[in-house]
Amino acid sequence: MRTMKLKLHVWRQENRNSQGRMETYTIEGVNEHMSFLEMLDVLNEKLIKEGKEPVAFDHDCREGICGSCGMVINGRAHGPWYKTTTCQLHMREFKDGDEIYIEPFRASAFPVIKDLVVDRSAFDRIIQAGGYVSVNTGGVPDANAIPIGKETADQAFEAATCIGCGACVATCKNASAMLFVSAKISHLGLLPQGQPERMQRVLDMVAQMDKEGFGNCTNTGACEVECPKGISLVNIARMNYDYFKAQLKK
Amino acid sequence: MAKLESKIPEGDISTKWSKHKSKIKIVAPHNKRKYKILVIGSGLAGASAAASLAELGYNVHCFCYQDSPRRAHSIAAQGGINAAKNYRNDGDSVFRLFYDTIKGGDFRAREANVHRLAEVSVNIIDQCVAQGVPFAREYGGLLDNRSFGGTQVSRTFYAAGQTGQQLLIGAYQALSRQINMGTVKMHARKELLEIVIIDGKAKGIITRDLENGKIERHFGHAVVLATGGYGNVFYLSTNAKNSNATAIFRAYKKGACFGNPCFTQIHPTCIPVSGDYQSKLTLMSESLRNDGRVWVPKNKDDKRAPNQIPEEERDYYLERRYPAFGNLVPRDVASRAAKERCDAGYGVGQSKMAVYLDFASAIMRYGRIEANKQKLDNPSDADIKRLGKGIIKEKYGNLFEMYEKITDENPYEVPMRIYPAVHYTMGGLWVDYNLMTTIPGLYALGEANFSDHGANRLGASALMQGLADGYFVIPYTIGDYLADEPTTEITTDHPAFIDAENAVRNRISKLLSINGTKTVDEFHRALGKIMWDYCGMARNKEGLEYARKEIQKLREEFWREVKVLGKNETFNQSLEKAGRVADFLELGELMVIDALHRNESCGGHFREEYQTPEGEALRDDDNYCYAAAWEYAGDNNDPILNKEPLTFEYVKLTQRSYK
Repeated sequence: MRTMKLKLHVWRQENRNSQGRMETYTIEGVNEHMSFLEMLDVLNEKLIKEGKEPVAFDHDCREGICGSCGMVINGRAHGPWYKTTTCQLHMREFKDGDEIYIEPFRASAFPVIKDLVVDRSAFDRIIQAGGYVSVNTGGVPDANAIPIGKETADQAFEAATCIGCGACVATCKNASAMLFVSAKISHLGLLPQGQPERMQRVLDMVAQMDKEGFGNCTNTGACEVECPKGISLVNIARMNYDYFKAQLKK
Repeated sequence: MAKLESKIPEGDISTKWSKHKSKIKIVAPHNKRKYKILVIGSGLAGASAAASLAELGYNVHCFCYQDSPRRAHSIAAQGGINAAKNYRNDGDSVFRLFYDTIKGGDFRAREANVHRLAEVSVNIIDQCVAQGVPFAREYGGLLDNRSFGGTQVSRTFYAAGQTGQQLLIGAYQALSRQINMGTVKMHARKELLEIVIIDGKAKGIITRDLENGKIERHFGHAVVLATGGYGNVFYLSTNAKNSNATAIFRAYKKGACFGNPCFTQIHPTCIPVSGDYQSKLTLMSESLRNDGRVWVPKNKDDKRAPNQIPEEERDYYLERRYPAFGNLVPRDVASRAAKERCDAGYGVGQSKMAVYLDFASAIMRYGRIEANKQKLDNPSDADIKRLGKGIIKEKYGNLFEMYEKITDENPYEVPMRIYPAVHYTMGGLWVDYNLMTTIPGLYALGEANFSDHGANRLGASALMQGLADGYFVIPYTIGDYLADEPTTEITTDHPAFIDAENAVRNRISKLLSINGTKTVDEFHRALGKIMWDYCGMARNKEGLEYARKEIQKLREEFWREVKVLGKNETFNQSLEKAGRVADFLELGELMVIDALHRNESCGGHFREEYQTPEGEALRDDDNYCYAAAWEYAGDNNDPILNKEPLTFEYVKLTQRSYK
């Protein structure tokens, strides 16, 4: 078992209105089997004992599915591993003596709340604008009354695996949310249940996305590379297709 | 003494729910908007309840501690959701699902509730599909199923290893639609810290805004708790890090009885603990036991790599002990069997506290079928293996990836190493048939209540219960209470609100003022160790008595030595944790008291003194066939035990057997 000594440069910011800065900490005895967040836990325990406020970061399930955690590690959203959330990144990636830079997801639509914690409620508002099928509870047909081809179901599922973490926005030089928005538009637009509202949905969700201050897509594809769930750029193409069609129909 | 009125309707079990629905009081549409309902929690139970109640016309406020309702821990459920659809034509029925659940729970659940759960299970699948939940399908376009433990039919619907995520997103979208219409007001990053009782009824809550520490008072004509379970008492569990018991424990201290607190589910297939720094445990879905075979070497201290151990030197102990159910025995049985092998010295891995879960034979079996389908002539073993891996990847790909990221081992090539871990709590607030606690106007849904799983929950039944309670039970039953309530709102200047807020403020000030020497996590880990060692997979009188004293000592030390930095008025995660751990330190003792009083073994509650000669749980139906509902009696007194006798009219009380 390998242990290491690391130098951490961490973004510290008191609240939404204060100015942030990088602070440097040294941490020893980091076990290679630790997850990245467990390494931060160890740092925080040390800070508390020293009477310093621990580093705030969002996290919850710690198994890569809730989408709570997310930080920029050495310049990359969720760090260096492919298709991996911050909580699933493990310290065996690093070596003794490494310096690690840890910053929040940065975008004007994701204001910093404290340290590494950002406000991603803009994503919720985009879903509220139309990311659903308008059915009430009860009075629906039998589940097998709507056959859906396996390929279509699988494609819809793949789009629906988005965890809403915001890495796509943090990575994009335009802070665009198009991968996130298009994943929902694809998920519902591919399925028969999503057809009746398909055109209105894309118009409403895109309008909300713009209103929240996210940038536009210039097809660099960085979002797809950093997406921990491997959501494909194809979704953006589908969204653009639907958006164009909806505009014409208007 | 509290009065436990279960309100189980009269009549035959198959008509109880439909008759009840048509008889209970309802609120007229024009009056519904005059009632404000507070829903706490936004997981499967909370989000589905908030959305459905708002659709009916109620004025709903929904609260969650996460930054978004989409992140509630239901999202991490992997394997699937049960429903008695009988789409497989394999003999499934509402009665069979009811029977399996009662038996799986080792006869410690209420028959009427479980039957209702089985009845509405079919509606859940219809509802989710209508919302666009992308369940796994077959090539013909119809829904696919798989098997889970404790059943002999295939009734589990799934979406790869991410079923909870897909169902939660469905409920979240339904909720988002109501938020957009203004019928639900969402309060994210707000945590319930107290419940307000006026004239004996729940009339509001006190919350803390986790960003700025603002303490708020909220009035509601009814309060619905859908805040999940309390597995984090053990520190290490498969629960999310912030999952907590504060809401249900505050309710307990305000007079709601706590049902069967010691009934904890230890899940057999989790990634083993790797070091002291470990912050949580990760589940490997029960669905893996459809295809994975569990084994340990027949020889103690076998140092060979698993692939080097020949077939005849492997002990497939579940298949050996339980030929009828094999690797798909219920969770409590599988966990105990793993513990038995490891305690006897047959465990594998560095710590010797693990067993193998092996996919090699499934890979070859699927590979052969696939080779036939593709009409390959004389396929080589390598070809078969490649094809088989493809099928396994399709079924469990995300789980295999997760395993590899955590352990740095490739489970397609070497067997997984797994060990049991705390996963779910069957206990929770005692509720009647309408899901109301012993405090009028206060409801508990999903894992937060005690009602449906008895002493052991079957796999793929938690998602079913959460959505059943939220979509199809509470929307009906809450009207029965509200119909008799005045529509007038009570002002939050009422003395009960002021008192509750003061209690919250005093508690926070106390936590911040101690400035001791130990961190909150240090206390939490210490509590978790006591609970795991003495109130975990196996329990005995002596150990439990010792644990109770240790918890009391630890709690006393906590209030003297805990160090919580910062202020209330900021984003302060240490303060959040401190409040939750303070409650765990009391709840842990209640669990121990319950485990100590129940002198029998049943389901997940295994008292070493009470077992059959084969080492199976030995119930004592003459003396313990009841739900234990504990009533708070002050900090310096033992809680009062209330008993709800359980009667079994439709499933005969028998010794559970999976042999």
